[in-house]
Amino acid sequence: MLEREKILEVKGLQTTFFTDDGEVPAVDNVDFHIREGEVLGIVGESGCGKSVTSLSIMGLVPSPPGKITNGEILFEDQDLTKLPEKKMREIRGNDIAMIFQEPMTSLNPLFTIGNQLQEAVKIHKKDWSKKQIYNRAVEMMKLVGLPRAEGLMKEHPHQLSGGMRQRVMIAMALLCDPKVLIADEPTTALDVTIQAQILKLIKNLNKELNTAVLLITHDLGVVAETCERVVVMYAGKVVEEGPVDAIFKDPQHPYTRGLLESVPDMRFKKERLYSIPGNVPKPGSIKTGCRFAPRCEFAFDRCVEETPPLYQTTEEHQTRCFLFDPKEAEKHDRTIVKS
Amino acid sequence: MTEQLLKVEGLKKYFPIKSGIFGRVSNHVKAVDDISFSVKEGETLGIVGESGCGKSTTGRMLMRLLEPTEGKVTFDGQELTSLSNNEMRKARRDIQMVFQDPYASLNPRHTIEKILMEPLNVHNIGDPKERKQKVHEFLEIVGLSSYHAKRYPHQFSGGQRQRIGIARALMTNPKLIIADEPVSALDVSIQAQVLNLMQDLQKELKLTYIFIAHDLGVVRHISDRVGVMYLGNMAEMADTEDLYEKPLHPYTQALLTAVPVPDPAFEREEVEIQGDVPSPANPPSGCRFHTRCPFKMDICETTIPIFAEVEKGHSVACHLYEESRPQ
Repeated sequence: MLEREKILEVKGLQTTFFTDDGEVPAVDNVDFHIREGEVLGIVGESGCGKSVTSLSIMGLVPSPPGKITNGEILFEDQDLTKLPEKKMREIRGNDIAMIFQEPMTSLNPLFTIGNQLQEAVKIHKKDWSKKQIYNRAVEMMKLVGLPRAEGLMKEHPHQLSGGMRQRVMIAMALLCDPKVLIADEPTTALDVTIQAQILKLIKNLNKELNTAVLLITHDLGVVAETCERVVVMYAGKVVEEGPVDAIFKDPQHPYTRGLLESVPDMRFKKERLYSIPGNVPKPGSIKTGCRFAPRCEFAFDRCVEETPPLYQTTEEHQTRCFLFDPKEAEKHDRTIVKS
Repeated sequence: MTEQLLKVEGLKKYFPIKSGIFGRVSNHVKAVDDISFSVKEGETLGIVGESGCGKSTTGRMLMRLLEPTEGKVTFDGQELTSLSNNEMRKARRDIQMVFQDPYASLNPRHTIEKILMEPLNVHNIGDPKERKQKVHEFLEIVGLSSYHAKRYPHQFSGGQRQRIGIARALMTNPKLIIADEPVSALDVSIQAQVLNLMQDLQKELKLTYIFIAHDLGVVRHISDRVGVMYLGNMAEMADTEDLYEKPLHPYTQALLTAVPVPDPAFEREEVEIQGDVPSPANPPSGCRFHTRCPFKMDICETTIPIFAEVEKGHSVACHLYEESRPQ
């Protein structure tokens, strides 16, 4: 496959929350990129920093208490972290759009669907006529597979089901032909049959419109189904990154492996689920060493003393684990012990 | 093992919809509409379905936290639906519930000790010293430590809170535990811990579970038998292996193929169903699934299919299997 160009690049991103209990780095030195027309997944459990990462890209980190304290977010030769709010507003919703988890709360209950869709176009396409704007809104509603688009334009959000609302959100995000679409847990609030419809829609739109998608989720099944590449996050850090096939076939970081082992599979019955001992650490509580070390069955002295770098294990696969340091690899056995 | 612990016959729950200034009952939401099933001693019965299918309402009716509109629930030879409130309270000693939200189901003002002691006080089990001892014992059993007894719920993580919820359900030595989405609020790695704990406890304490959930993977993992609900009806019920390997009802088939599988190489056969779940206030006539069913026949619009056995231990409510049914 032809190497596609990087469209968005996050370099050394650090987003810190200044709370009463001190500084909490929710996202700590995160690097990744999205290529044109690609679907990139970010997976991790609650508190791993995946949502804060997406909010940082959009410039929507609640401030105070949050602030991007370090790093760059490069989009079309501009560093988004340095842009003034006015400039950022031109990019947001126009070049980079976002859909959220809760289709219930992300639409305004007081305005009609048509009103809200047209407002989004009006802001970015100032020279369009009313007719043009209306037609664009209807066109997008049809594209996302909503029935009787014209009729729905006059309805209020409460008249729609959860799945339809999420389709409206997607239509709204795509109105201005964004180059990147960030989807933060877009199907978590939906039932499985509706989830399947929405995921299929996102995949089709990605192919048809060539919009790059950054899909944030906690569901490994959703990742396997939709993404081309995956970034696995744990406690604010990227622990593994690679093509989806490699991550699922040859997961390298002990956390990724534990996560995959602990998911009950619908296709067959596992005798006993593997479970990662302990709990996700509080953000900022582990200062030195690998953040997964306290829960890791492979941890050795070095894991507690130093923070591991990302090791390039194959051409496209990276892992933040000392087991993949060429110097350590021989000394340690990497087979997982099932309890 | 084969003895029936719980039997449910023709259970219904209609919630009235009131309208107008006099609060006239204009319609009913048929949350659960005529379901029957039984649970054997020592087994885990999983109940799956999408939101609004009535699975939680069913769970609550079994404990009579909600009064059934119609139907009979027999537990251990005793008909629960005819008991007075007082007698029912006593019967609840043997049936306990674990709730979904570990944040909302524990009183934030009470210590863990007080929370766990409550069921013992209500059912008058043991003297204060014994109760305290029992609290400590059960904290250890669910994988916490006895020093946790003096803490408050907010000092625990979600997974630990769910362990406390399970300990509370175990305090009265119940026979049956109804778990309503016990792991859906938890992260995957914690979910696995809680599921393993529930399985261990079942073996040790010879518990019977009714496990209500929307996650088909979790249900397959923990259940011996599974019932699939759709819009207040039981669509299909069978042994877990049977149900997942050869689902009969078109809804079950669609549900199973809709679940994303954590394996990018997996190729699915698609049985896609269109549209959304209709409103339970105004359910479709005939088979309730006919509006979304890819195999719809004329009869489906007019006649409600009977929920009956097609093969041994495999029941389904669908006109497609009417002929293959043993007469």
